[in-house]
Amino acid sequence: MADQELDARGLNCPLPILRAKKVLNGMNSGQTLHIIATDPGSVKDFEAFAKQTGNELLESAEADGEFSFVLKKG
Amino acid sequence: MTDKKLAIIATKGTLDWAYPPFILSSTAAALGYETQVFFTFYGLQLLKKKMNLKVSALGNPGMPMPMGMDKWFPVLGTALPGMESMMTFMMKKKMKAKGIASVEELRDICLESEVKLIGCQMTVDLFDLRRDDLIDGIDYVGAGSFLSFAGDADICLYI
Repeated sequence: MADQELDARGLNCPLPILRAKKVLNGMNSGQTLHIIATDPGSVKDFEAFAKQTGNELLESAEADGEFSFVLKKG
Repeated sequence: MTDKKLAIIATKGTLDWAYPPFILSSTAAALGYETQVFFTFYGLQLLKKKMNLKVSALGNPGMPMPMGMDKWFPVLGTALPGMESMMTFMMKKKMKAKGIASVEELRDICLESEVKLIGCQMTVDLFDLRRDDLIDGIDYVGAGSFLSFAGDADICLYI
């Protein structure tokens, strides 16, 4: 189980990233955030987000048109 | 964390052109970029407290119109009274349905995430704009001041 959940379903670029960033701001280093999104662009976007911000992308998966990510706050 | 800088010059004041500067600057801020946006000429419309941004098909042959209207609607028809309001209404409706943020929401995120929004003082004078009509927290400067930031920026965009 992740420490926090973010439902970003139905949101389009760049909202999933912006909402995730907002939640991460309130979290401690080492904690995990689970995000569910429906924007296909979010797959590459979260990879790039993780690379540039030092938050680690632990998981990226797709099932039934939904994308699921787990970020670990750096 | 990145220590990159993004500088944007926003020159357009329509609904469609409002998106690139606010999307890029809010996202850059989320990625840790230090970001400044310099609003000049029609771009200053994007700093109004009450934004009344519109989109127009007039002079824009690339704009897809609903219900295949672009196929049979004469170009001059897009100049008819009420067309602009209708196109704007339809565009906003479509954006909402697709989960796209409003310009207001993106601008609020920019302010929250400390994107520096800058007004061009010369344009304020030129169009007799009242600072009271523009949102708070704006610096009003000129080209020299913006260039001192842009000169060190990793990315500089003219929009």
